[in-house]
Amino acid sequence: MIRVAWRQLRGQTIVALVVIAVVLVAVAITGPHLFNLYDTEIAGCKALGDCAGVKSAFAHNDRLLHTWLGILVLVIPGIVGIFWGAPLVTRELESGTYRLMWTQSITRTRWITTKLIVVGLASAMFAGLLSLLVTWWSSRIDAAAMNAYGSFDLRDVVPIAYAIFAFALGVTSGVVIRKMLPAMASTLVVFVGVRLAFNHVVRPRLVPVNVVNLPLNQNTAGFGSANGGPFSLFPNTPTLHNAWITSLQIVNRDHQTLSSQVVTNSCHRLVSQSGGGGQPTGLGGLKPSAATNTLLQECFSRVGANYHVRVAYQPSSHYWTMQWYETAIYFGAALALALVCLWWIRHRLS
Amino acid sequence: MTAVLQTKELGKRYGRRWALSNCTLAIPAGKVVGLVGPNGAGKTTLLHLAVGLIRPTTGTVEVLGGRPAERPEQLAKVGFVAQDTPIFSNLTVADHLRFGALLNPAWNNEVADQRIARLGLAPDQVVGSLSGGQRAQLALTVAIAKRPELLVLDEPVASLDPMARRDFLSDLTSTVLQHGVTVILSSHLIADLERVCNYVAVLVSSRVRAAGDIEDLLTSHWRLTGHRGSVTIPNHARVIEENHEGTVSTFVVQSDVPIVDPTFQVEAVTLEDLVLAYMRQSDTDVQRATSIEAAS
Repeated sequence: MIRVAWRQLRGQTIVALVVIAVVLVAVAITGPHLFNLYDTEIAGCKALGDCAGVKSAFAHNDRLLHTWLGILVLVIPGIVGIFWGAPLVTRELESGTYRLMWTQSITRTRWITTKLIVVGLASAMFAGLLSLLVTWWSSRIDAAAMNAYGSFDLRDVVPIAYAIFAFALGVTSGVVIRKMLPAMASTLVVFVGVRLAFNHVVRPRLVPVNVVNLPLNQNTAGFGSANGGPFSLFPNTPTLHNAWITSLQIVNRDHQTLSSQVVTNSCHRLVSQSGGGGQPTGLGGLKPSAATNTLLQECFSRVGANYHVRVAYQPSSHYWTMQWYETAIYFGAALALALVCLWWIRHRLS
Repeated sequence: MTAVLQTKELGKRYGRRWALSNCTLAIPAGKVVGLVGPNGAGKTTLLHLAVGLIRPTTGTVEVLGGRPAERPEQLAKVGFVAQDTPIFSNLTVADHLRFGALLNPAWNNEVADQRIARLGLAPDQVVGSLSGGQRAQLALTVAIAKRPELLVLDEPVASLDPMARRDFLSDLTSTVLQHGVTVILSSHLIADLERVCNYVAVLVSSRVRAAGDIEDLLTSHWRLTGHRGSVTIPNHARVIEENHEGTVSTFVVQSDVPIVDPTFQVEAVTLEDLVLAYMRQSDTDVQRATSIEAAS
């Protein structure tokens, strides 16, 4: 049955190999140059004394290829789910060939199990090879950008888990819906939905965040109004290399967030002076005059007596733990879907 | 009598619709069985239950002493050619034979290769380009080369032109003789059955109306013609169908002893007469049952 499953997968395998080959050629041509450039530029930056500037400039190398490789790693799992997963059983149901396959000397359970394993492994290898090539190629750009979590779902192991999940999702929706196009469409919708929900709801909580409290002052926050709203204090994003800031708030000891009412009460002179202007006056805004600066200092020290900046973040040391946790969750979901698919084929399609 | 296929109060429901209900039958081994009946009688459902593609909602079905498709050994005993002979249209003839060889432990390559050569099929031909007749032949080859004890064919010739139909059936006959396999073949074309079958079962609305060796059936049924109103049917004869037109009454009756009655003109029946008589019989039954239901 393994060889039968492979033979039926030949068309898809060729497409996957072409994609891998194209990516391989692209990264093999541009990669070494990128590595050399990194070695020379980053070595030279210490002498210049402006490493941050050099690194940020370096991170913009090969912008176009970088973008396209990112899109590829992002969409390939979905493509696998739609074009490998959904048709796996549905095509046989629609064309009637299931009547040929299920009457050979092999049980239906073994037939679907073998297909799931063979094509599932192929999906994992496809996404894995692609991720490997892209992760290797962008390693220097990522090192310079110092934003590991910015490309979290496009690097290392998680793309493999997405592909396996999308594949299982495709097969199972195909088996349940029994119609190719609706199965493909629902695979796409559910996959995108799950990925978005996971990124926003689950991933920030995969590992307990680190919390750091910063005193409230003109370095950690600014005074202004957001979108013409009431005046308040807004925290500045602290520089934490390769970390993912999941929440940034100004809170008091009872974890209550700062309200604009408190700011209005504590800083009424500053508020009335800035009234109508709406321009942010803190860091990043216009340089305040000496008089305004006094008012600002007064405001910050009054509010800062009770409030501080609370930064919750995933440090770079959590990166691999989170990669493995997320992989395990998607893989577990894929396994559960495969079991549903197995049960459905045995009991509902007979 | 050892039965290859035995069902007891077998039923299959899809949603609210019963595709087959309360079907009890026994098909003996060593025959070429024609399963005949109108569309919607449940022929395909019965055959799918027999090969284990679907499971019964009620009752039991036993094939060669086992539950259909329960284990690989059971699957190996039964060859199946499904309606419209589904094949993988983007794969080649050789691919299909390789699938057969990989998926069936008792697969006989010689049988497969000989048949393909005799049919004039090129192994590297993509099967999407085959004619309907060739497709059917390929499907039969895959079913035969797995060396089953029972071969089940669901309307194998329904979509074929008369030439291809004749070729397929004569090939089937010689294959049966060569391999000594029991065959169950469904069709709604009685002439086709007459060519290959030696046993017939008439299935109408899930019920087996008549079943037996064709020879026995033909020698135990008679067509009687006589004057309307002035004839009485002998006690030992069972009326299957009666028809009154003008002054003439015709009957198709079943009787195990010959009918000697000078008031009738007694004729032998053809298989077609016999099958149609049984099909119509049930139609009137169904109508009667419906009108009783409506009245109550």
